[in-house]
Amino acid sequence: METPEQIRDRLLARFPRAAVEVIANPGPAAQPSLLVDSSHARAIAEFLRDDPALGLDFCSNVTGVDWPARGYLEAVYHLFSIAQRHGPVILRLRTANRTDQVAVPSLTPVWRSCEFQEREAFDLFGLVFAGHPDLRRILMWDEFKDHPMRKDYVEPDDYEWEPTPHGDVLAKARRHFPAAAPAGEERRP
Amino acid sequence: MIAADRLPPGPSPGPRVRAVRDEFRGDLLEVSMGPHHPSTHGVFRMMATLDGETVVRLKPVFGYLHRNHEKIAEGVSYLASMPYTDRLDYLCSMSNNWAYALAVEKLAGQPVPERAEYLRVILAELTRLLNHTCLAGFLLQDSGASGTPLMYAFREREKILDLFESLSGSRMMCNYQRFGGCRVDATPAWLLAARVVAENYGRFLDEYEALLTGNEILMARTQGIGVLPGALAISAGITGPMLRAAGVPYDLRKVDGYGVYPRLEFRVPLGAHGDTYDRYLVRVLEMRESIEILRQAFRDIPAGPVMDPKARLRGLRPKPGEVYSRIEGPKGEIGFHLISEGGPNPYRYRVRPPSFINLTILEDLCLGHSIADAVVILGSIDIVLGEVDR
Repeated sequence: METPEQIRDRLLARFPRAAVEVIANPGPAAQPSLLVDSSHARAIAEFLRDDPALGLDFCSNVTGVDWPARGYLEAVYHLFSIAQRHGPVILRLRTANRTDQVAVPSLTPVWRSCEFQEREAFDLFGLVFAGHPDLRRILMWDEFKDHPMRKDYVEPDDYEWEPTPHGDVLAKARRHFPAAAPAGEERRP
Repeated sequence: MIAADRLPPGPSPGPRVRAVRDEFRGDLLEVSMGPHHPSTHGVFRMMATLDGETVVRLKPVFGYLHRNHEKIAEGVSYLASMPYTDRLDYLCSMSNNWAYALAVEKLAGQPVPERAEYLRVILAELTRLLNHTCLAGFLLQDSGASGTPLMYAFREREKILDLFESLSGSRMMCNYQRFGGCRVDATPAWLLAARVVAENYGRFLDEYEALLTGNEILMARTQGIGVLPGALAISAGITGPMLRAAGVPYDLRKVDGYGVYPRLEFRVPLGAHGDTYDRYLVRVLEMRESIEILRQAFRDIPAGPVMDPKARLRGLRPKPGEVYSRIEGPKGEIGFHLISEGGPNPYRYRVRPPSFINLTILEDLCLGHSIADAVVILGSIDIVLGEVDR
């Protein structure tokens, strides 16, 4: 199979205005990935699928990654070819920030296998896949507000009394009932 | 009975069955099947819209068992996630363990001794036997053959679970594989017992197939039902026996050649029609090949250690980098995508769940069939909700 650098060069020759970058992977696995700009992602995905030398007809894994320190969310696609038995080619799409510009193009029209997995990334990371046919929450319930896989997610304070409060539970109990459990006084059963 | 003013705010739960008016088809019926229906293999719901008995729309609803496995794994060390992987597909904990161990080994550049590779193949193939046997039992149970095939399947499953218990200490939650090998070595007595189970399995399969494969009722309920074309299967990322039943020769044991599979001889059975019957038959044929693999593995397994002496379990901190690694699980491609930032726990931990992705085409398979067939089609997809919901 072609190296990511070769694929990048061919993509740039085919789409001169696209921005394609090889992201190195320093670990022993040596699986570098291709960072693609959002405006050309759909066309590039179709090219990768239909190109006779690559033939990446099988999109195996779709997931999101949250990078709060770098200030963006990523959608990662692992592509394989069933016809030619090679892979993975890894595509990455990045959002502009983590708050209001979280849209990336959906690749569900290219590979049907993205349908549920993009819904999952939307549900858990808050990535909005523009052009997805049915973008709803899939694992959390519809009324849920937050995105639990974000690194800065804070669990809701659904405190319930437990008969043997200790550690975290005791700290929570103090916040709820300061009079009943004064600080420093541990109740032992 | 709750008074109307005491109902919780938000959309009302509504009746289980309601009439829907469709401009073209007239009066339709929307049926909420599940989440506690015995045929849904756990807490899984199908919102089916019916025209008479024919399915015109079907949306799967799940997440009832969601505990954010990935978030938990990102908060604990690499080793501490190993027992959680048992709970993904709880019929196949040995395969899940292997998939996760292999991903971490690739991430950290960790070799595995020869004997451990053979033990992994033996356990993975025993798991495949167990899973496919149970699947056939469940499928028949769903199509109305109440009891007998499932009890036959559970009788054989029990023998394999006894082997798992005597090796790992647990019947289903095995927690057996480690980064760089296996937790404990198999004794000669265990290997002999496992060999006996594998040798006798072919006779059980003969008995099982005499009961099922030529059975007129099974054929009538499954042939031509839920046909999955090969092109759709590839596009929708379907893997495992479902993909091969659609006629696509893609088995990761052959394609990726992980472990010691390149040294073992076996064939990859393919389906001709892609219907529910093919999905049943491909699994039966795969079990026959698994028995062949086991026979060779028991013959070739070398002596030696089962753990790499330099392997680091506690305090493992792989160098920064990322990996996607996959194996051929009994339900399809089970993969792990790990990103390390050099810390003691993974920065990103993602499971590629085969049963979740195989559900993508549930609606496509069910359209135009009756609601009773939808139950059989779901049974032939082979889902475990622990993995779908994670």
